[in-house]
Amino acid sequence: MSTAVEPASTASPARPRAARTATPGGARLGRGSGLGLGVAVLWLSLLVLIPLAAVVTRGFSGGWSGFWDNITDPNALRALRLTVVSSLLVAAINAVMGTLLAWVLVRDSFPGRRLVDLIIDIPFALPTIVAGLVLLAVYGTDSPVGIHLLGTEKAIVLGLLFVTLPFAVRSVQPVLMALDREVEQAAACLGAPPRTIFRRVVLPLLLPAIASGATLAFARAVGEYGSVLLISGGLSRTRVSSMYAFQKIENFDFLAVAVTATVLLAISLLVILGLDLIQRAAARRG
Amino acid sequence: MGSRRSARLVQRAIALLYVGILVLVPIVVVTWKTFSPGPAAFWDAISSQQAVTAFRLTAEIALASVALNTVFGVGLALLITRYRFPGRRLLSALADLPLSVSPIVVGLALVLVYGPVDGWFGKGLHDAGIDIIFSLPGMILATTFVSFPLVLREVVPVLAEEGIEQEQAARVLGASALQRFLRITLPIIRSALLYGIVLSLARSIGEFGAVLVVSGNVSGENQTQTVPLLVGERVQQLEPGSFQLAFLLILVTVLVIVLVFLRRDRSDRAGAVLADPVLADPGLADAEPGHAATVVTASDNVGLDDAAIDRGGLR
Repeated sequence: MSTAVEPASTASPARPRAARTATPGGARLGRGSGLGLGVAVLWLSLLVLIPLAAVVTRGFSGGWSGFWDNITDPNALRALRLTVVSSLLVAAINAVMGTLLAWVLVRDSFPGRRLVDLIIDIPFALPTIVAGLVLLAVYGTDSPVGIHLLGTEKAIVLGLLFVTLPFAVRSVQPVLMALDREVEQAAACLGAPPRTIFRRVVLPLLLPAIASGATLAFARAVGEYGSVLLISGGLSRTRVSSMYAFQKIENFDFLAVAVTATVLLAISLLVILGLDLIQRAAARRG
Repeated sequence: MGSRRSARLVQRAIALLYVGILVLVPIVVVTWKTFSPGPAAFWDAISSQQAVTAFRLTAEIALASVALNTVFGVGLALLITRYRFPGRRLLSALADLPLSVSPIVVGLALVLVYGPVDGWFGKGLHDAGIDIIFSLPGMILATTFVSFPLVLREVVPVLAEEGIEQEQAARVLGASALQRFLRITLPIIRSALLYGIVLSLARSIGEFGAVLVVSGNVSGENQTQTVPLLVGERVQQLEPGSFQLAFLLILVTVLVIVLVFLRRDRSDRAGAVLADPVLADPGLADAEPGHAATVVTASDNVGLDDAAIDRGGLR
């Protein structure tokens, strides 16, 4: 269906859900499949669940007061504020630019369109440290384009925009492709100008996809480390939470890291819950 | 009409400019910085002992974690789409969790559990002579963590959409579980599986933050520095050779994306044939339409839990 590769994490979250309900049921677990489930759950626990539980446990090992003291540490707060504010900004820009890009890729046709479609996936698959180096090369101290962003908040936003580029596009694109154009044609016949058609007919249908794409971008941006590390210039005013956490790991201050990590985990969980709500709302509307 | 045309041109220009500035220009600059010091510098950057060890480490880690994620991804996808058990939705949600966890948090989490000094399990393992953190197993765990759901997420929608009729028919006709998997399930998921594997490979080769924390970033003897870590070190220590290594990683990335792109184009066209059960099994092609219908009806009565199939069961 899609003409381009689709980063897994950006695959429209509505897709699996819609497909799942179409499946006609499933079997009860037999002996072999039961054993398989046991092994899989054990692996997931050892790899993901127990370690994440260890983070939260460690975060609260100093009691509520230890947790609170570490959260309200001025450096931790500043890092968290920068992280959340720049991630929100990135999510908003992604919502607008992602929709525009998806629109151009689906509705427009021009030479090189498929190439653009392909290029959009590069940031997703590119190693984050390479993304960071790439941005440093263009916007660092010896910038060939004359734009110096090293050590500024703008650089952080730019790095986050780079790595989250495909998220909103790949979320909106399939929905736009599946859209029935007859409704738009009907609106045009009734005399609606293109702008009104987009705002009143197309946009409402795209909103769930735009929202989930922006949410995914936000989730990715909050935890991002490699791509913003180099361009941040190592200054305290451009230190995002993941950099703050890494610094604390290097100082063996595991309580402080665990508290920051717990906050980041809580944000991740909230985002996942938010995505689920968006999907449910979209599914209800059909 | 003229204003609509110009609006479209403006949209196109903004979109192209955005992608160009964000992605294309930087990559051109890096390519230029890679080759401007000349071929000798390129060769030095990628042939040093440190670089060669980093290549080997990265390859070992990527292969191990892709293998793990493929086995568990396909296994979990089959369990989630083909069976009913309590907590299935929760399992599916938890399996997705790693994608939204910060790499630094991943590293910390593994250190807290498998660290040699006071890790929950790590201390005991260390006493037994098994070290996980600051060595290869920990780096494989970290890489597997961050790419955990990539295969799973690709395979689940395909399996869910495909339904279980073909597998049930094969089962009624006497095919073993292995035969059913190899002859029916695998062809159905092949293209999605390949896509998941390739994505997982790209992610595994490039992981930085999580591996940085669990590896200790050791160079020299007992090097635990992968290619991305070496790029980071060279940039931060102002050593030469970062652009050359980065260029190789970009090359791998672009190759992966183009491969998937071409592959997907082809499988989209071939998909229609594969999905046809009659063409997939020559034996059935001879059967009269009425006969085929009987087979399907029969399968409903053989006790494959079909009676219990509830349409909303997979919610």
